[in-house]
This record gives sequence, structure tokens and C-alpha cells, in this order.
Amino acid sequence: MTTQTTPNNAPTGLSGAAWILALVPFILLGVILTWIVISGGGLTELSGPPVEQVAIERVTLPEPGVIRVEIVNDGPQTVTIPQVFVDDAYFGFDAEPSTTIPRLGRAIYTIYYPWVAEEAHTIVFLSSLGATFETAVAVAVETPQLSTNLFLQFGLVGLYVGIVPVGLGMLWYPFMRRLSRSAMNFILALTVGLLVYLAIGTWLDANEFALGLPAFWQGVPLVIIIAVISLGVLLAVGNIGRKGESTPLGIAYRISLGIGLHNLGEGLAIGAAFASGQGALGTFLILGFTLHNVTEGVGIASPIVRQNPGLRHFALLLLIAGGPAILGTWIGGFAFDPVSATIFLAIGVGAILQVVWEVGKLVARDTEKLGKPLVNWVNLGGFVVGIALMYFTAFMVKF
Amino acid sequence: MTEPRRSNWTRRKFLGVGLGGTASFLGVSLFNRSAPLQQEPPLPTPTHDMGDMPGMTHSGMSGMLVGAVDHERNGFDPMQMLVDWDYGTLTGETTEDGRPIREYNISAGDIEIEIAPGVFFPAWAFNGRVPGPSIRCVEGDRLRINFSNFGSHPHTLHFHGFHPAEMDGVDGEYRGEINPGESFVYEFDADPFGCHLYHCHALPLRRHIHKGMYGAFVIDPLGEQRPPARELMMIMNAFDTNFDAANEIYAVNTVGHEFMRRPIPIKVGELVRIYLINIVEFDLINSFHLHAHFFDYYDTGTTLTPTLRTVDTIMQAQGQRGIIEFRPRYPGRYMFHAHVSEFAELGWMGFFNAVNEADYPAALAEAGLDEQWDVKAMNGSAVRVSEDS
Repeated sequence: MTTQTTPNNAPTGLSGAAWILALVPFILLGVILTWIVISGGGLTELSGPPVEQVAIERVTLPEPGVIRVEIVNDGPQTVTIPQVFVDDAYFGFDAEPSTTIPRLGRAIYTIYYPWVAEEAHTIVFLSSLGATFETAVAVAVETPQLSTNLFLQFGLVGLYVGIVPVGLGMLWYPFMRRLSRSAMNFILALTVGLLVYLAIGTWLDANEFALGLPAFWQGVPLVIIIAVISLGVLLAVGNIGRKGESTPLGIAYRISLGIGLHNLGEGLAIGAAFASGQGALGTFLILGFTLHNVTEGVGIASPIVRQNPGLRHFALLLLIAGGPAILGTWIGGFAFDPVSATIFLAIGVGAILQVVWEVGKLVARDTEKLGKPLVNWVNLGGFVVGIALMYFTAFMVKF
Repeated sequence: MTEPRRSNWTRRKFLGVGLGGTASFLGVSLFNRSAPLQQEPPLPTPTHDMGDMPGMTHSGMSGMLVGAVDHERNGFDPMQMLVDWDYGTLTGETTEDGRPIREYNISAGDIEIEIAPGVFFPAWAFNGRVPGPSIRCVEGDRLRINFSNFGSHPHTLHFHGFHPAEMDGVDGEYRGEINPGESFVYEFDADPFGCHLYHCHALPLRRHIHKGMYGAFVIDPLGEQRPPARELMMIMNAFDTNFDAANEIYAVNTVGHEFMRRPIPIKVGELVRIYLINIVEFDLINSFHLHAHFFDYYDTGTTLTPTLRTVDTIMQAQGQRGIIEFRPRYPGRYMFHAHVSEFAELGWMGFFNAVNEADYPAALAEAGLDEQWDVKAMNGSAVRVSEDS
């Protein structure tokens, strides 16, 4: 039974007059805001002492005798920072564009302090009202400047961390093709396990950057929001033109994408570590990541065992999954930006969650064909081994 | 860096900070100021080109505070404080045994002061300045100090010297703390001669002292006098700007690195006498080190013979003070600073500019001073001032 609607209640379409109606709240809002700004809105009694807050975004040592610090004012009011001391000594500096930083504004302080290589320094910014904002250089090492040699070396690091292990992992493809359906389910469940590990790791990495962002970015919720939206977009894209069934090659590509974004984050971390003077960790770290990432190649190849897509696709999958490690190392080493790092990693979380879903469905379908319950010892074993492989190889890269 | 940076010098800005609107001079108009305000001195000109060194300031050093403090807005100038004594007023009355009565007016109030270029501190002050007026008198004078509290908290005046318990300015004893809007007259004899100090003794003590409530209290001997000298009053103080129980700015006479920018003019061969007082909170000791010279030291200034001879560094605990005497031997700039390097680099560091007689007017001008400053420096003694008037 349908209800008869009267003409009065039916939507009539938007005429000119209707648009004016939509503007009414905006106009009133403008009036109220103007009144509050001009008159104080009757809240003058509530005005307290000034609140000063800044976020110190980046400290670099571009050359001997120079420390450069980027400051963002993420407090509610303008902040003036007229003096700077390093290790309890006031030193001369230049501030660009000014020592007075408006809300959401940025200033670059170039401090002429003779820093000592391989030692630690503490930098304190003193505001006009006496508040102090402190940052530290844990190990003073000249910040790498863009040069052909260093560019190539960082590229090589990315190669070892991304392309080499993923490629090696993919070389198990011919072996995997000879596996029984049950054994293959084990491998697919292992892939789910490693992807779950990567999702957690990427989310934690994203949070680490997010916590350092100026407050107005709302870093932690931003990571969750971007991850959820990325997951939604990828699921929606996956459903275009098909009726819910993904092709194995499509899944492999999406695994590559997720792993690629994850490896971008690893590249960023390695590049930033070199840039901030922790280069000594370098060789061991690279060794660890190479070992750690071999499993990723297995994950990418696992959905396509029954349908060889050809060498060209393998090369492309490898590039998508491993290439970003090179890109990440370059960005982390030469032009690190915590905001874009956070965003990329958050997208990575969404992308990985999406493939967890896809590969999970694959496991479910194949297990059903074998007439077994979804959670059986083979699947569970694969899942646990996948996580364990990632967990234990990570011992070499976590400090 | 393979070669020194160039052109930074020309870009260097002296950061005048326009925060005049935020300064609140609550009750300051009620304070009496004993010294006329000196005109804002011009920046000293560099003595030689530092153009190829990065981060150099006018004194030729990069390791110091950047910019200049607006002394006119503060209402006091550390350079003037060196020679600016408050002798009070001789009322003409005498005690029963014929000693003169000397009357002083001291008011407490809240004031925002610029303690380093662009850095403001919410001080509690005596007579609108930190340190408060440098009380100077003659041994045996009867002192009558009219104290009024225009501040937001109870305060007291606690003098170091002989006096009856009811004049001790201690919380809970006799009159105790003087509440906002109230006043009290402290009356006692100036004794013994020496280099002393006074400070607020309201509770919590540490906060009341480090907020700026202290000053010099110098009693000249009645009999045998110290020989004439160029006399300078230096209070070593410090400020905890973020109230974390550690100082951010150290200084002599409040403004960090002021005497780096404006070296104190002295003459080669003359006797220089420094009344040195340590009122730094949080740090257990402070020290005074003079470059290229040795000096005699009179601990607490209660003797006419030195307690230490031929030293170049002395140490003072919190509240300790003494008199330093030295003669500049060669012309040139000589640094003086705390030998606690941290204090020196956080503001407690300055220069003497020792010149020959003929160059003295130029040295005065370089520090933004006039002849009047020289006259005051050479005639500090309360005995002399009393004789003149």
C-alpha cells in the first residue's frame, strides 16, 4: 500500500527562492561571528592569559656552524620567538620570514651554532612571554645534500629493500604452481597473515608521524579517516564492471599496490634515518629489511598460481610493490615531509586492508571447494606462519 | 662548509619587538623614580668589519642574545643602575644622640619588564625597577623607610644588617607581611658598614625573590673612608621565564648581555670599585671573573682591608655579596662574567672598555652615556653626597 502524498509535501525542485532559503543560516552565522569578533560576544570575562604553542617540524644541519629548524605555530594565537639557545647558550640566528609567527604560520630559524659532529645538542626557543619550546639533535651529522652520488646510493638502498626481496619472493612462483590445492590454501592464508602484520605495522608507522604533526592536522584521526576512505574507494573500484568477483590478477595488482605503499613508508624511514645521522644503522637495517620483505613476493604471486599472466605482468607487479622503497628513500633522505608521509602511509593501511579482504575471500572460496571449514588447521597454520615470519624477521629492523 | 658564508651580516636584522601594547604598568605611576631616564642610546658601531662571519652581532660575537632592549619602555637602564644610588632624603631631624635621619620611599608593584631583547617577564618590583633602588647611606644613620604595597600580593622589606626583630620584615612576626593597599614604616640604624642587600621576605620566599623583589643596600663607613674610585653597583640576577625552577636569562642588573652590546667605560690606571651582590635563585652558586686583571675582594664589604688579595675569580652563594677593587692596566676591552659558563652564555657576560683619559668621552658616547654618568660614577659615596648637600 502506498501513501498518497499531497502536492504541498512533495519536493518541488530547487527554484531561485529555495536557494535564498539555503543561504539564510549562512547569513545569520556571518552576523553572529561578526558580532562576536567586534564586541567580544559578552565573553570578555572569559579571556585568559595568552596560550603559546608551536610544533617543531624539522631540524637539519645543512653545513658546519649552521642549524636550521622549521617551526609551525599550531596554537590559538600569534607567537613571537625572539631568542634561541643551544645547549644553554644564546646564539645569533636569522628567522624567515619573521620571529613573529601567526597561527598556522611557519618560520625557518637559521641558527649560527658550531655544532659538533656525532654529538648531541638541545635547541630551545624562548618566546616573548618566556615560554620555552625544546627540540634535540640526537646525533649531529651534516644533513645529506642532493648530489648525484648520494642520489644513486639512496636509490641502491631502495633497490635492496624493495625490488630485490620482492623479486626473490616471486621466484617461488614456479614452485607454488606445483603445490596441491590444500598446500596452496596454506600459502594464501600465509599471505593473509603477512598482510595483517603489514596493516598493523603501517598503521603504527603512520601514527608515529601523525603524532609529530602540528595539532591542527589532527594526525591520529586523520590516519583512520584516510585509511577507511582508501579502503572504501578500492573496494568500490574493485566492484566496477564485475559482479563482486575479482580476477586473480586484479587481486595481485592490489596486493602490489598495498605492499608498495607500505614499502614507501619503509623507504621514508630509512632515508630519514640516514638524514638524521643514524646512518650507522644503515647496513644492518638494509639487511633486515631485505630478509623481512622476501615474504611480500610470495604474497603477490600467490593469487595467480593457476593463471600465469606472463613475464610483463610480473615485472609490473614487482615495480609497483618494490619501486616505492626507492622513491621513499629519496624523499626521506632529501625532502622529508611528515604530512605527506602520514597521508601515504594511511592510504597504505586502507590498501592493505582491502587486499586482506580479497585474499581472505579467495581462501574462503578455495576452502569451500575442498569441503572444509574456513578455520581449519591448514589455514590457521598458514596465517600464523605468515605473521610469525614477518614478526621474527622484523627483529632485525626494530630499534 | 668549505668557505665562510658571506652577506649574512647585511641581512641581519635587529629585532625590535612591538609588544608595547601588552606591557601592563599596573600601579607604576605611583612609584617614585629617583633617576631621570636616560635617552635611548644609539647602537654601538662595530669596531672592525665582521662581514664575512655568520651570525655575528655588533660586539663581534655570535654567541649572545640577538637585538636590543627598549630601556625607555622598561623605565630603567642597567647602565644607569651601575651608578644610580638612592641616598634618600635627610629630613633635618636627628636622633636623641644626634645622628641624622634619612628617609626613603619604596613601593612594591606588578610590572612587565623586558629582560632580554623581545622577552618579557611579569615581575614584582620595588619602585618600578628590577633590581629595586640601590639604597646608600652612612654608617650610624637612622633610616626611615616608608613602604607601600601597590602590588597584587603581600610583600615585606627585609634588610640585611643589624636591626630590632620587629623591623625584620618576616612573615608572621610582628607586623609581618604588608597586604596590598597597605603601608608600613621600617625604622632602624644603618649598621654595620658594608655591601648588603634587601629583599622581600613574604612567602613563598623563592617566588618573591626571583620575581624581582631585591636591591642593593650599601652602608659607607663613618670614620675612615675607602679611597675615591669609580664605583659600580652590580646585582647578579636571573629569571625563570617559564617557571620550571630553572633560569632562562642570567644578567647583571637584569638585562642579559647588555654590557656586551654597551661595554662599561673605565679609565686606564684608575681605581674601579664594584659592589657585587648575588641574588640568583635556583642555582647554588654564582661567580665573578675578570679577564686580564687581578683584583682585591672584601667579602660582605664589612672590612677596610681585603679578605682576598690578587684574585681574578670569586664565588658567591645565594645572598652573598662583596666589594671588588681593581685598576685597569692596559687599554682595551676586557670581559667580565660568571665563570659558570652556562650563566655567562645565558646572559651574564659583559665587557669593560678601558681607555686612556683622552679617549674617555668617545667611550662614554659609544655606550650611549653622557658626562653626568661619569660624575655619578666618581661620586658614589653617601658621605661625599652628604657633605656636598
